[in-house]
Amino acid sequence: MSAAAPDIATRPAADGAPLLRLSGVGKRFANAVTALEGLDMEVRQGEFVSLLGPSGCGKSTALRLIAGLTEPSEGRLDWGADETARRARERHAIGFVFQEPTLMPWASVFGNVHLPLKLDGVGRREAEPAILEALELVGLSAFRDAYPRELSGGMKMRVSIARALVTKPRLLLMDEPFAALDEITRFKLNNDLLEVWRRLRCTIVFVTHSVFESVYLSSRILVFRARPGRVSAELVIDPDQPRDESFRTSPEYAGLCRETSLALARAMDAP
Amino acid sequence: MSTSPLRWLLPLGVLAALVLGWEAVVKLNNLPPYVLPAPGAVLETLIEDRAVLFASMLVTLRTTLIALALAVAGGVALALLFASARIVEFSLFPIAVILQVTPVIAVAPLMLIYLSTDAAVLLCAWIVAFFPVLSNTTLGLNSVDPNLRDLFRLSGATRWQTLAQLKLPTALPYFLGGLRIAGGLALIGAVVGEIAAGSAGQGSGLAFRIVESAYRLNIPRLFAALLLISLTGILIYAALSLLSWLVLRRWHESELGSRT
Repeated sequence: MSAAAPDIATRPAADGAPLLRLSGVGKRFANAVTALEGLDMEVRQGEFVSLLGPSGCGKSTALRLIAGLTEPSEGRLDWGADETARRARERHAIGFVFQEPTLMPWASVFGNVHLPLKLDGVGRREAEPAILEALELVGLSAFRDAYPRELSGGMKMRVSIARALVTKPRLLLMDEPFAALDEITRFKLNNDLLEVWRRLRCTIVFVTHSVFESVYLSSRILVFRARPGRVSAELVIDPDQPRDESFRTSPEYAGLCRETSLALARAMDAP
Repeated sequence: MSTSPLRWLLPLGVLAALVLGWEAVVKLNNLPPYVLPAPGAVLETLIEDRAVLFASMLVTLRTTLIALALAVAGGVALALLFASARIVEFSLFPIAVILQVTPVIAVAPLMLIYLSTDAAVLLCAWIVAFFPVLSNTTLGLNSVDPNLRDLFRLSGATRWQTLAQLKLPTALPYFLGGLRIAGGLALIGAVVGEIAAGSAGQGSGLAFRIVESAYRLNIPRLFAALLLISLTGILIYAALSLLSWLVLRRWHESELGSRT
């Protein structure tokens, strides 16, 4: 990865056409807090890339920049030149999953998943196949008429993911989506998310502060450092590595977690 | 406790005990009705004078409901205006506060000078009912979940879609809370207006009947009119609570207790 100039280069990156590239991106907020400075990173088509780092390292800000929810104070965000990258910028080609489920309490599960299509003028009946498919993907078909308050935390997060998937996005941005869930629920959702990723063949950028989660899910991990936020290390994990419960207990997994933890520790020690 | 019949029986029992105690005090001390009428006498008057009293109740109820409807229309419209531009909120909110903090009883004589009696009474009721609708709806419109707002932006929602599908539903529980307060206040405003109008109150609402009965030392009728005012207040509150429950029972925390 030429642009990133990471402090620690662990392994060569897998080759994939770039979907988008951030070069020298900085973000300062009105209260003079510098969230990001000199951020170089790349997202490649079809990969599952995790942004891993301590709180306040600007990884969520990077995600919001990619989504177009905020503008960089300096630097550039370039989308890849080919057709796939061009389409990924289009409206509805980006799905966003927040840390909280962020559901509308007044709408049913069906209504919540319908929202992105409804805002685009797609009526209830017309949208129904896509909604049911998204609910099927997250295993919530039986709960289409339930209201958010009737669901557990894990189920609410599934609804939130279904809502992001209903437009069949090419790029899925997830901001610590499972941070508030218990570990058992989180493991289950990790597996289901990988299944969705394989089936939809989309690109996922996943913000997390869990080393174990990032190693389990990602084909590439970008380790962030704080103050100012930027990429400090990159780790690549063999995408052909099967991800299942046996991987979680394997020596390879333990080794990768150790390597990632060390990279994170070095990122946090960096001056 | 919440499902036990005691929940209903205890308050009813307390109420019954109060009424019986009142009756006993009057009987034992042989109090004349122009000092303190017994509950039985009040009830008799209520039935005897029902034609006059219920007609008055309708007048007061009508004033209250019109004022409440106008307060809802004005409060919601102004709240929407506030939400669309902060500069409007900065400019107009102090005036709304001045209207709210100035006791309506002090303003009522002034309004009676410039307006017809009916219009002045209506304005009294409107002024006090308007503020809770305005402030609660404004609070609600400003309470939108920032993540949901981002989601609407990402989906390319128009201003109108964001208003109709995000801001208004978010504001709904706040608005309904304000409406419940406004319902009670509108009645108070109507009563204050009628009392200030006094003998000029040819509109003859319940408060006018109270003033009139006091002049004539017809104390049982005064109590009967008072009872009907309370009843009107309870009716309005119950109706607005029912409305709130019907609208929010599926999703809002405030109405969930009644289902579980």
